[in-house]
Amino acid sequence: MPYADDAPLHEPRSFVTKYIWSQDHKVIAIQYTVTAMAIGLVALVLSHLMRLQIGFPGRFDISAGEYYQYVTMHGMIMVIYLLTAIFLGGFGNYLIPLMVGARDMVFPYVNMLSYWAYLLAVLVLVASFFVPGGPTGAGWTLYPPQAILPGTPGTDWGIVLMLVSLAIFIVAATMGGLNYVTTVLQARCRGMTLLRMPLTVWGIFTATILALLAFPALFVSAVMMLFDKLLGTSFFMPAIVSMGRQLEHSGGSPILFQHLFWFFGHPEVYIVALPAFGIISDLIATHARKNIFGYRMMVWAIVAIGGLSFVVWAHHMYISGMNPYFGFFFATTTLIIAIPTAIKVYNWVLTLWRGDIHLTTPMLFAIGFISTFVIGGLTGLFLGNVSVDIPLSDTYFVVAHFHMVMGVSPILAVFGGIYHWFPKVTGRMMDERLGKLHFWVTFIGTYAIYFPMHYLGFLGMPRRYYESNYDFIPQSAHDLNAFITIAALAVGAFQIVFLYNLVWSTFRGKPAGANPWRATSLEWQTPDTPPVHGNWGARLPVVHRWAYDYSVPGAPEDFIPQTVPHEEVAVGGEHLRAEAAT
Amino acid sequence: MKAPVTSLGTAFVDDGRALPGGHAALDRSPAKVFLAFFLVVVTMLFVLLTIAFLGRSQLPDWRSLTAAPGGPLADASRLWFNTALLVASSIALQWGRVAARRGADAAMRKGLAAGALLAIAFIAGQLWLWNDLAARGHAVASNPAASFFYLITALHGAHLAGGLVALAVAFARVVRTPARSRAGVDLVATYWHFLLLVWLAMFALLASPPSTIEFLAALCGFR
Repeated sequence: MPYADDAPLHEPRSFVTKYIWSQDHKVIAIQYTVTAMAIGLVALVLSHLMRLQIGFPGRFDISAGEYYQYVTMHGMIMVIYLLTAIFLGGFGNYLIPLMVGARDMVFPYVNMLSYWAYLLAVLVLVASFFVPGGPTGAGWTLYPPQAILPGTPGTDWGIVLMLVSLAIFIVAATMGGLNYVTTVLQARCRGMTLLRMPLTVWGIFTATILALLAFPALFVSAVMMLFDKLLGTSFFMPAIVSMGRQLEHSGGSPILFQHLFWFFGHPEVYIVALPAFGIISDLIATHARKNIFGYRMMVWAIVAIGGLSFVVWAHHMYISGMNPYFGFFFATTTLIIAIPTAIKVYNWVLTLWRGDIHLTTPMLFAIGFISTFVIGGLTGLFLGNVSVDIPLSDTYFVVAHFHMVMGVSPILAVFGGIYHWFPKVTGRMMDERLGKLHFWVTFIGTYAIYFPMHYLGFLGMPRRYYESNYDFIPQSAHDLNAFITIAALAVGAFQIVFLYNLVWSTFRGKPAGANPWRATSLEWQTPDTPPVHGNWGARLPVVHRWAYDYSVPGAPEDFIPQTVPHEEVAVGGEHLRAEAAT
Repeated sequence: MKAPVTSLGTAFVDDGRALPGGHAALDRSPAKVFLAFFLVVVTMLFVLLTIAFLGRSQLPDWRSLTAAPGGPLADASRLWFNTALLVASSIALQWGRVAARRGADAAMRKGLAAGALLAIAFIAGQLWLWNDLAARGHAVASNPAASFFYLITALHGAHLAGGLVALAVAFARVVRTPARSRAGVDLVATYWHFLLLVWLAMFALLASPPSTIEFLAALCGFR
């Protein structure tokens, strides 16, 4: 039953209905976030194990099979089960109803099912670590034919559980996504026009639509691969001799899988990036005490990027071989997508320009994001060109590129967002000193990890290789790899500080009050902090202005909440008021 | 008269159009919007299957489903029979929906029950067809075209089975509280008609002669 203003709120009473089988979007958001962070930590540890082998080959008794399992599970968990889940299920769930002035998602029960299906997907994924043969080692793109052939680790159980887990995840994401979209379109409070919504909501909203349209492609490819694996069909499997034996498969097309996978895979990049864009916009405007530069342009840029993200997928497949005109088309669209993206970066910088910049922890992460995103985006322009991509595609240059642009950057946005909204979620501030320390170590550390990888790529250091004892790899590359591994271990271990800060501040942090950042958007105007069930008390808020009235000339304070009517603040400076009076 | 106040940096000022936006301004129910987006998702799923079907059809081992003699769908009469069942199911639900709108609860219940039974008959008919095809040597792995036939009918059937669950829930609600729950009947009927359309499109694709498939594949740039 959808929430309306006068709908009775069935306040949950018992511990179980309040915190476990909860239908409250805020509790579901926390469940999503905690689950995503927990599985993300597994992926972090896997990346360390992988780095141990790359930095110190042969020292740590890691077999080739295990190495490929670490690579595969690290990639898949980070992209799908951590980033997608935390941005849409975590931030989306918490912020959408609060930011648009709703009491909850329109379908709280479906929202609850979404989380439990997500948890089931995670558990199926984790189960694959404990089955005979272990998890799949097919690489996170799961390319056939190798993904389901003997020789690749986990071809008996691992790959099946992986595909089943993905299918369950897609069901979960669809149930959640339909809720987010409907809530944004149907449950906004009075006065909250679409073009008054904070950019965070715009980012999550557009990313959700991308997810709804792109995940079916992953679903189809997962189901078809399950058919090939379990029923012996040949959708993707060509005629093949495996381990000296002619297999039953014949005639299938591995390229067909690649098309389906990347038709999902490229929008997936923006499913992760668009919420980050939105969050960064709001952090920068709030902590620079300035209205976001070019709000409408920012909205249209988000929408344009979302649209374009569906027509660039084959730039992941240049080395699969394709008609030159096909490659030309995808190179062109790839370069075009840089335009709205660049607009966003310019607008962030112009928002900072002459702002009243408060270098709080969230702001540091936001500025760090701009830096890493620009670096990762620029290398994307190189790789978008077919002739540049082909020699670089199988090298560490690509690893550096996508980790800067969709590994480090979204994670910085996640951190910034957590430091920013933590006071609303718990009513307490996170420790600023630990937060800043966390930022500097993470920011400098990630540069230490990924910047040298660009150089390794130019040297021709191949990615995915288990061993690197080849003549064409110079000693300097081995030294650099050892350095990167040490940096990765240090940065990874340092995240303990963040976790400690999170737990400590939840119980012992300084009380935050309702609006510690003096922000304008609706979530900071709730009658209770943390917001109680139903969010708004007896009456829904009414919105009178956009979310970016910072440092308005003539206003008594440097922010005007969205709920303040125009009559209550005489603003605009002498000349404007005189102008308005005539 | 108090003049409207403009402010620097405020791009969106109340300009006398009252307070725009918000749910008050919208007359669509959230459930309809939810369903509409879901139908888009399902459409996407079947469009992608269609494109995969057309792409795969251009590889040399493809044997058309309708090739005579001996092609699995060379004689499509059973598929026509099943299609008739699904059309009848949709008509029954539409009848139930119209009855619900009039408040004729008894007729509505009959419509829903008949629709559900006909849909179950459709699924049973499809399963029977699977059995028959397998017995005639057209098992799921026999040829890629046959694989697509099983895949597409399975996914369509799964969506219909999910619809049956929704129908059961809507039926239980509307029996308990007829006045408040009729909107649910509306949604289920919409979903049913949508699945019928999907089925007709998939039926057309699967039962097309090779020349049509060649034409569609050329249209998609696969030739």
